[in-house]
Amino acid sequence: MPIEILMPALSPTMEEGNVSKWLKQEGDKVVAGDVIAEIETDKATMEVEAVDEGTLAKILIAAGTEGVKVNTPIAVLTADGEDVGQAGEAPSAPKAKAADSDTPKQAEDDAGGKAREPSQEPSADKDAAKIPAAPKAEIAADPDIPAGTEMVSTTVREALRDAMAEEMRRDPDVFIMGEEVAEYQGAYKITQGLLQEFGERRVVDTPITEHGFAGVGVGAAMAGLKPIVEFMTFNFAMQAMDQIINSAAKTLYMSGGQMGAPIVFRGPNGAAARVAAQHSQDYAAWYSHVPGLKVVMPYTAADAKGLLKAAIRDPNPVIFLENEILYGQSFDVPKLDDFVLPIGKARIHREGRDVTLVSWGIGMTYAVKAEAELRGMDIDVEIIDLRTIRPMDLDTVIASVKKTNRLVVVEEGFPQSSVGDFIANQVSQRAFDHLDAPVITIAGKDVPMPYAANLEKLALPNVGEVVAAVKAVTYRS
Amino acid sequence: MAVAARKASAKSKADAKSSSAPVAPKPAEFSKEQELSAYRGMLLIRRFEEKAGQLYGMGFIGGFCHLYIGQEAVVTGLKMAMIDGDQMITAYRDHGHMLAMELSPRGVMAELTGRRGGLSKGKGGSMHMFSKEKHFYGGHGIVGAQVSLGTGLAFANRYRGNNNVSVTYFGDGAANQGQVYESFNMASLWKLPVIYVIENNRYAMGTSVVRSSAETDFSHRGLSFRIPGIQVNGMDVRAVKSAGEMATEWCRAGNGPIILEMQTYRYRGHSMSDPAKYRSKEEVQKIRAEQDPIEQVKARLIDKKWASEDELKAIDKEVRDIVADAAEFAQTDPEPDVSELWTDIVL
Repeated sequence: MPIEILMPALSPTMEEGNVSKWLKQEGDKVVAGDVIAEIETDKATMEVEAVDEGTLAKILIAAGTEGVKVNTPIAVLTADGEDVGQAGEAPSAPKAKAADSDTPKQAEDDAGGKAREPSQEPSADKDAAKIPAAPKAEIAADPDIPAGTEMVSTTVREALRDAMAEEMRRDPDVFIMGEEVAEYQGAYKITQGLLQEFGERRVVDTPITEHGFAGVGVGAAMAGLKPIVEFMTFNFAMQAMDQIINSAAKTLYMSGGQMGAPIVFRGPNGAAARVAAQHSQDYAAWYSHVPGLKVVMPYTAADAKGLLKAAIRDPNPVIFLENEILYGQSFDVPKLDDFVLPIGKARIHREGRDVTLVSWGIGMTYAVKAEAELRGMDIDVEIIDLRTIRPMDLDTVIASVKKTNRLVVVEEGFPQSSVGDFIANQVSQRAFDHLDAPVITIAGKDVPMPYAANLEKLALPNVGEVVAAVKAVTYRS
Repeated sequence: MAVAARKASAKSKADAKSSSAPVAPKPAEFSKEQELSAYRGMLLIRRFEEKAGQLYGMGFIGGFCHLYIGQEAVVTGLKMAMIDGDQMITAYRDHGHMLAMELSPRGVMAELTGRRGGLSKGKGGSMHMFSKEKHFYGGHGIVGAQVSLGTGLAFANRYRGNNNVSVTYFGDGAANQGQVYESFNMASLWKLPVIYVIENNRYAMGTSVVRSSAETDFSHRGLSFRIPGIQVNGMDVRAVKSAGEMATEWCRAGNGPIILEMQTYRYRGHSMSDPAKYRSKEEVQKIRAEQDPIEQVKARLIDKKWASEDELKAIDKEVRDIVADAAEFAQTDPEPDVSELWTDIVL
């Protein structure tokens, strides 16, 4: 069978090109790998190699022809003694374009973005309906705490340590690695005692090398271990961002479900006190942007414990955002053998009927204090602690908004593209008719964190702002 | 416990054998079966890649497509030195690695065309394919990222106290990424069983090693981390296998990581849209004519009368049939069902 040589596509965007030169002539023998022609594309002049061997029986598109569409037969190759036959029929040659009327195409480099073919863009009228809707995940409610369970006042720090120790006792594949987690006992003492109990094989001090050890952790997770990677703070995880996003979060999808990364990245996040811009950033919104990650940000010690245990057991990469200021705060934690909470479920911290106040992590400290003040003004605030940023329990938020008709969100992160912005957007799309006032989002100020004590205070949200916002949406001001 | 015990026994073995840094072994002579196996293995990669290039030209394969033509001896020889359970991980010039790890040609080709029968159900593409079953850990699109990941695979081996080695590939270009050296440090510090295979094909995209690298002897890149390294003729499958055996023994004996700089060459451009203006045609032709890894084996087979031209043609036909079947499957298999858009994001 004669083989037609087709006009090749030589770049991700090429639709047509020019046959600039034939390096083999009719009657020439060619073997695989021989350069037979030169093709000019929108990016460069490329050589075309023969893939099969035989005789170049007929050239169908002459050298110098422009605007040859991809996949047009340009020549015919025959095996020894074979006829050209039907394949030799020249297609109607595309009209050579005058060079001066050519609109130069924009060159794109290899690493650059590529234009999608227009036909691939779903058009609103025709194809929108074909895009399948995102499936809805059912998330279990918190487990019931049996009546009479002893509650033990515990710091967030102890709760986190207990969670890790319990999971390490339960599963030999769980280990912790990070800077100063072993001999130093944790830069913030979260891993206190773990080296003594589990030994250096499972409590691994790393060099100061975030990008590298994040990658080592992800590789170990791909091999089936369950690493807990501690970042001394999430500010330093910026160095490891590529491994967290490109390797940990995307591999399950890119492998068609074959291989994921059961790993927890944890550590303090957000502003501590007086450590200035590079050490005082809240990454909740950053990580919440990425499909393939779960993002947890607890406030209470009980949630810290129950959710960290869940995160370690979760087969997906989980970003677990703690807060240095909360580490020393005490909360009641149920004394149960295995207290595990569901990731992705918000908790109604206080029921109320006048306004919904949503927060998470350290943001809850402002919400709780504001509620106490507002109670004195006879405003009954419902506080929702989101606990998990991704997947987000919007159902609980929206159910509450349908009851109170008012929403205020508080977080410490930067205001633009904040978590609060996303919540406000979802509520306006899904519960617009239930709103009696615009949603107010309170965030940190749009400035790098200053060092000076007075300026730092101004850069963060404050209780007064929350009180004012609640009064505004309830038209009390 | 297991780790400690293994390390102790391995140490005495290592002391006897390798108290000094390893030296490049002489290429082992191959048996007839080994030569034929290497010939077939390399030919499968070559023909597969030629077909992939052709399908790209026809528009069946989209995006980027990085061909392995010219470098076949590296993965083929190293695979001959690996045992069951040893892991392999590489960057985006990965089709040859997958074929060497015995992943299905149909599955690889259908992934290239973005079809549901592809190894990643069409969701990964040329640069992102994996097989837990065959211990192939990807297929990674970010230059250098696989080096830390491969070090993590070795970490898991040591953690479990098994005897396996992580064979972690990267190119001369990735050798300049920072996380490579972060990984070297940890691998050496913790004596992780990882072979860093630097496939030096002389060009990082279009930048030659002399234009990008202050130290162009890549076997020396681990010296400040006490990682030994050797240079290997990556065009000679026998030399690659011998170096691979030495390196796997080194790792299995508990000595920690080792670097193999594979001196090789890619005939094709960096990707399909590379006109290769940064090197001369003569350079490519000369290496092709004088050092082609497949022709070397073929010449030995004929010379030793281990195979006739006809027998080699029969192998060629068998390989072409496999590739044709893969290509046919990859063109006719349907695209993924639209419901796949939302699957495999989280478990």
